[in-house]
Amino acid sequence: MDALVAQYSRPAHQEGFADEDQQQLTADIQPPLSLKFALPPIASSQQWLRAMTDDNSNPNCPIKIAHGTTTLAFRFKGGIIVATDSRATAGNWIASQTVKKVIEINSCLLGTMAGGAADCQYWLAYLGMQCRLHELRHKRRITVCAASKILANLVYSYKGMGLSMGTMCAGVTPSEGPALYYIDSDGTRLAGNLFCVGSGQTFAYGVLDAQYNYDLSDEDALELGRRSILAATHRDAFSGGFINLYHVKEDGWVKHGFTDTNGVFWDTKLNKGEFSNVTANLD
Amino acid sequence: MYVMEVLLGITGKDFTIIAASKAAMRGASILKVNDDKTRPLNKHTLMAYSGEAGDTVQFAEYVQANVQLYSMRNSTDLTPYETASFVRSELAKSLRSRSPYTVNLLLGGYDPIKDQPQLYWIDYLASCANVPYAAHGYAQYYCLSILDKHHHPDISFEQGMKILRMCTDELKRRLPIDFKGVIVKVVTKDGVREEPYEDDKQVLAP
Repeated sequence: MDALVAQYSRPAHQEGFADEDQQQLTADIQPPLSLKFALPPIASSQQWLRAMTDDNSNPNCPIKIAHGTTTLAFRFKGGIIVATDSRATAGNWIASQTVKKVIEINSCLLGTMAGGAADCQYWLAYLGMQCRLHELRHKRRITVCAASKILANLVYSYKGMGLSMGTMCAGVTPSEGPALYYIDSDGTRLAGNLFCVGSGQTFAYGVLDAQYNYDLSDEDALELGRRSILAATHRDAFSGGFINLYHVKEDGWVKHGFTDTNGVFWDTKLNKGEFSNVTANLD
Repeated sequence: MYVMEVLLGITGKDFTIIAASKAAMRGASILKVNDDKTRPLNKHTLMAYSGEAGDTVQFAEYVQANVQLYSMRNSTDLTPYETASFVRSELAKSLRSRSPYTVNLLLGGYDPIKDQPQLYWIDYLASCANVPYAAHGYAQYYCLSILDKHHHPDISFEQGMKILRMCTDELKRRLPIDFKGVIVKVVTKDGVREEPYEDDKQVLAP
């Protein structure tokens, strides 16, 4: 019996050197932050990846990474608005018009994806896993600050190996209130009130900055988020599809639809008289 | 570097506003902070330019001289549309030459016959488009979305200046290089005039 108990239990604290199985067990419980991937047998993985994927220098490159996006998030008195388009492009090819670029990490935390679609999806799912583990270990939800730092440290550990992602983490926790972080694959991590990320960022910034105010009402904030994405889908060829809108409040996020930009555009043009450069006359 | 230069144009009910950045940039330096990147071509047309150093003023003054010569010979002014066609054809000729002019232009004017404001967006590849509002360089990326939202064809001059202020504020917020504010000129049926424009307020990103 003692032998059985000894086999399936661990001492509260490790003394001296444990045997190999024991070490393996502790390693399984506390996985390293950075997973170990098999890497291609070449001298510089960054140069290899560039040669295989760089569309600009080599239009015949064998791998075309999905790029091109508009995503935005801003903090205001009613919480955080998160909005994205839904187009994925690979080179000049529109790969999808129905991408979910807002990733629901848990009921109070959202992530957005811009850059490599695969990188974002994979690592934000991984972040979701780490957040859940944190919750189970510490019996309380992870702060946005800590979650964003897990991601930032993770991508930093892969720096120079070709990860491509620009993401925002938005969430509300009792200790921090509404919090918004920008993380990119360079390892940059910034807290802030307002971020736009992706090829359409400038167009979104244009509309958003002009009318942004921390004291916006919920309706006005949602409308501003929607209108900023519309502006970007109108002017940026690599953004389009549907407008994905979220509102993060104290008791979790609320989804405000996945709306076709075509309908929103014509509604805005015909009912508000905006986009006056789009004309139907051919003179 | 000339993508950093700001050119903006807005038409309204009875006017065309042209704004051009005041910084003259060469390499790592700003050489002048009150540079005027516009030339009046005749009573009712104003041309704003940005592009390769040297090419810009050479081309603008060449066009200006020829448009003025036309007025003297024929004792009548070219309309903004005719001027734009002339400028476009000169750029198209230059494009196929050994040393083409690398100049982007906004041609703002007022057509006294049709009684309408006019704005032409012209680039160094000799594209020419008649538009209600326009921008060149990086300013396009920030300002066109603002103009898409806030511009209407029959806005008053005051509304036009308000939209221009939104645009220059956004550029001050987000452009990485200081363009030293803008010179603003207005074309109406009475001709071209400079509009005083306050530029010393600092704008911070939220």
